[in-house]
Amino acid sequence: MTAALHRLARTDRLAFAGLVILVLIMLATLLAPWIAPYPADDPRPVDALLPPGAEHWFGTDQVGRDVLTRILYGARTSLFIAVSTLALSAAVGVTLGVVAGYAGGWIRDVIMRVTDVFLAFPALLLSLALAVVLRPSVTTVIIAISATWWPWYARVTAAAATSVSARAYVDSARCLGVPAPLIVFRHVLPNALTPVLVQLSLDAGGIILTAAALSYLGLGAQEPTAEWGLMVEQGQALFTTDWWVVTFPGLAILITAFAFNTLGEGLRSILDPRRTVR
Amino acid sequence: MTLISVRDLRVRIGERVIADVPELDVARGECVAVVGESGSGKSTTLLSILGLVEGAQISGSIEAFGVDVRTASRSRLREIRGAKIALVMQSPQAALNPTLRLGTLLRRALKRHGVAGAEAERRTAQAVADVMLEPAILRRYPHEVSGGQAQRFALALALALGAEVILADEPTSALDVTVQAEVVAVLRRLRAERGLAVLLVSHDLALVSIVADRVLVMREGRVVESGPAAEVFARPRDPYTRELIAAVPVLPEADRVHD
Repeated sequence: MTAALHRLARTDRLAFAGLVILVLIMLATLLAPWIAPYPADDPRPVDALLPPGAEHWFGTDQVGRDVLTRILYGARTSLFIAVSTLALSAAVGVTLGVVAGYAGGWIRDVIMRVTDVFLAFPALLLSLALAVVLRPSVTTVIIAISATWWPWYARVTAAAATSVSARAYVDSARCLGVPAPLIVFRHVLPNALTPVLVQLSLDAGGIILTAAALSYLGLGAQEPTAEWGLMVEQGQALFTTDWWVVTFPGLAILITAFAFNTLGEGLRSILDPRRTVR
Repeated sequence: MTLISVRDLRVRIGERVIADVPELDVARGECVAVVGESGSGKSTTLLSILGLVEGAQISGSIEAFGVDVRTASRSRLREIRGAKIALVMQSPQAALNPTLRLGTLLRRALKRHGVAGAEAERRTAQAVADVMLEPAILRRYPHEVSGGQAQRFALALALALGAEVILADEPTSALDVTVQAEVVAVLRRLRAERGLAVLLVSHDLALVSIVADRVLVMREGRVVESGPAAEVFARPRDPYTRELIAAVPVLPEADRVHD
């Protein structure tokens, strides 16, 4: 593990930077209550719209809350949404995909046609429709994005699993008397996982953007929850006069999405076991 | 004692006959070779013995260790696969899951067939020694070992599981000549010491003439000639067999078979 990190730092500085940024964001998420300069939700109208300064590094918003504090707590919401969405959609998509890929035949056809139906909807539109039907909340965002995201994992996994299933070691597992479920999860899945992991990491950025978009449209996180998309929405009207209210949460979204993307690209190269030098 | 007995096996996909084998028996300690060019139905015949041919119509009877392979339940078949009959494949490294260390793979295979703990350790050590590998190899991943080592590991796996028949599908054709000799030497020794039976599929007649007791020659799915290896090589009856034999560069070892 440490060897892999060293390699990454040497060979792929961009991916390593992405990793470092993500670790810092994770730390901020965990330590928010201790490192944030102010309480999470503490409106002080007297201090409304103070520009960035010594007291408030990133300024304050229209009700006088510290923007830096809100961003730190907002990282919790965003990462929580990203991780839950990835876990939910990957659990569904990868399971269906690996079964489809290994089983083939009509089982694969049924699973892939259902997947195609979901893929036929534009993701953001389907999320929007779902978010409107369900009550606007963080949970809604997670469900809505997962509903549109899992088919990609099903497809990526099925493609990888189909090619892995034809490998000689899968045949040899069958020749050793290994039952089908074990073959699927021990022999096919681990070897079909590389493209999925890369996809997950690349998607995390996209999910943070989509979650921000849904909150921005008022269908996701609600006040007083700190959420980056919501903060951008609330700050955009003030952009010309009080730029800091919208700029800093916007940058937070940008940097996080960027970090996930560079990490995803880096993972692509180190996760292939045959390319790992021991 | 006959371990595997195939009668009137016919594997078809639609109208096309992939393999048509009227009779094929493998007895304890015996080495039977199926020879022929690629696409002649050799490998299909092997896989059908393990009940692993899919998407094809199969008729005839296949009996292995007293079990009718065509009608046996899945769990009954799984007991035979590996533990009684082991498959050794053409490209040894491709036959090993790249995410598992060889030791892990071996331990899991043993556990699957109900062998664990001290007994598993003992069998592992014995099998690895039998194929002349270092125990350290068990800590390696498949891509970290050579083709010859991987092929010998595949044999070790078969031995550890207690397999009595090894189905070898072109076991040496992906290896270079010196490594081929290693694998052949291990196979011969195991036959002599353990009474292991080998059903060898190969287009390498030089190899076949060295190791096989009996030979089946296949062409386009059909058996064109069969009989004791010495006889087939000395007096081939079928023109196709003659053609195959004529195409082989003669090796000194082959003399033994011809006399």
